[in-house]
Amino acid sequence: MTEPIISITGVNHYFGSGNLRKQILFGATTIVEPGEVVIMTGPSGSGKTTLLTLIGALRSTQEGSLKVLGQELLNSSEAVRVALRRNIGYIFQAHNLLKSLTTTQNVMMSLELHTHLSAKEREEMAKDMLAAVGLSDQMLKYTDQLSGGQKQRVAIARALVSSPKLILADEPTAALDKKSGRDAVEIMRKLAKERGSAVMLVTHDNRILDVADRLIHMEDGMLESYDLETEAAPEKAIALG
Amino acid sequence: MFVIPLAWLQLKRERVRLLIAIAGIGFAVFLMFVQLGFRDALFNSAIRFHENVKGDIMLLSTRSNSLISIQSFPQRRLYGLLGLETVENISPVYVGFGLWKNPFWEGLPKSQTRQLMVLGVDPNDDVLSVTGYDAAARKLLKVEDRILFDKQSRAEFGPIATKFEEYQKQGKSIVTEISDRKVTVDGLFELGASFGADGNALTSEANFLRIFTRRDRGEINIGIVKLKQGADLYKSLEAVRKALPGEYRVNPTLKPDEAKEDFIVGEIRVLTKKAFVEVERKYWQNSTSIGFIFTLGAVIGFLVGIVIVYQILYTDVSDHLPEYATLKAMGYKNRYLLKVVFQEALILSVMGFIPGFLLSNGMYTLTRNATALPLAMTTDRTLTVFCLAITMCVISGAIAVRKVQDADPADIF
Repeated sequence: MTEPIISITGVNHYFGSGNLRKQILFGATTIVEPGEVVIMTGPSGSGKTTLLTLIGALRSTQEGSLKVLGQELLNSSEAVRVALRRNIGYIFQAHNLLKSLTTTQNVMMSLELHTHLSAKEREEMAKDMLAAVGLSDQMLKYTDQLSGGQKQRVAIARALVSSPKLILADEPTAALDKKSGRDAVEIMRKLAKERGSAVMLVTHDNRILDVADRLIHMEDGMLESYDLETEAAPEKAIALG
Repeated sequence: MFVIPLAWLQLKRERVRLLIAIAGIGFAVFLMFVQLGFRDALFNSAIRFHENVKGDIMLLSTRSNSLISIQSFPQRRLYGLLGLETVENISPVYVGFGLWKNPFWEGLPKSQTRQLMVLGVDPNDDVLSVTGYDAAARKLLKVEDRILFDKQSRAEFGPIATKFEEYQKQGKSIVTEISDRKVTVDGLFELGASFGADGNALTSEANFLRIFTRRDRGEINIGIVKLKQGADLYKSLEAVRKALPGEYRVNPTLKPDEAKEDFIVGEIRVLTKKAFVEVERKYWQNSTSIGFIFTLGAVIGFLVGIVIVYQILYTDVSDHLPEYATLKAMGYKNRYLLKVVFQEALILSVMGFIPGFLLSNGMYTLTRNATALPLAMTTDRTLTVFCLAITMCVISGAIAVRKVQDADPADIF
């Protein structure tokens, strides 16, 4: 089998220092294979988001081994992490689109870093992507003219347009109603599968757990893993998730 | 490298804020233009006489500071130079301040007087390059109690310029008094009011002495030396130095180059034409509070501009902080965001400069009409203020970018 997209081995993480030092993650260990859709559940404060920021190279790894796209992040430099971020798609709870830009320009922002593309190519790719998320008639609108679901779909388009090998999503449906939340994750899953991108999704929303290939559960900083194909998702994961 | 001009798009999106920013920067630019303009107008008005004197070497009393406080020296020092090989001609100038009576005043008190500067020159010599002081005018001044009046004097002296032509058509002439001496206005010339003198009159040395009865013939204020064509200025200065009696001294604060053009022999200060202009300018610049005050005004405009631009940029960065954090998460470097802030600063400075420049132009015209001061937009000052406006915005940008460091991509998850 090919190299895993994410390989986490015994990652510990602490916040604060001295007497206030508090351990958040306890020996987190898991693997995400290429093209896999993994949902991480767990109660608030269990350390899900911390693990996600570590994987996304937004924080430096303190202990244990964390390899993302083949890059070891333990003791990595800022430059290495910035370079890695360019190969990851991010989807946030608040869509975090740029208010001053149109939807097309927002999607293009994530292509601006890929300098081998011409301006024309970038625009074409952004437009194709917006069409793929069903927003072909909103390409010149500003984000404050869109509904919540549409904004999140723009954010998905932005995350996916450069066909990253890994997509990280943090509560992408939290601000959405049932239907648009459902639509958003299904579009995300479909496009990710088409492009062979792995997805790591953190959520509280148990209505969307079925889009996952695999569930992992975080509780008090420790990871438990379930394979949906061989066993049903345990009650605990669903109840708490 | 980047196709999307994020800085401009962000500014454009907040129309009201952009307009306020432009107004604020425009105001700062306006303030700098007005203050620097007034300062330059002051200096230029003060040296207008000096620049229009036709001569190569000037003699002054060592006790003279500026034209308005000019002291006298014996004219035999000047005449002593006539024998020098390279000297073509010499000419004395008398300077005095007299009380001008407005001949067209109809209100109370019955006669309105105002101080003006009277220049007494030798009507045989062409020593001033001002409009109206031509050969015909010089010939007229040889007649007793005839003067030329500066038509760019302030309006308080009376509507001399307009009335003069009216009278001339009727074959009459304007008669008035300077320091109680009856004089006839025989023509108009153009020099212009200055901060030191609100108006000017020009006459012959003989008439000058008739007006200023307490002045001694032979005690002159300025000595003009004209050199023969092709004569070497520095060799001539050397000859002048040897010809004048007394000890040779140099102001120790002057640079060697300046000291060649500005030195003292006995009771006489010898200056080149260039140094003559510079000495007057420096007097107003350094020895009066006026130059300082206007410079201070410009500095305040600059500081106001920094505060305004900083406020605008800071608010802008704060508003976009989550967006900036997102960009950082996407792999944009800090440098990209710094560039965005600086670009915004530069765009603001250019956009604010334009209305400030136009407004200042209007203000200059208004002031010029109201004060007869030589106030005009110069390329030099435009460039200076433009550079100041850019510096202003860059400084503000440099303070505001520190806020960008607060954008932490780990916080937005």
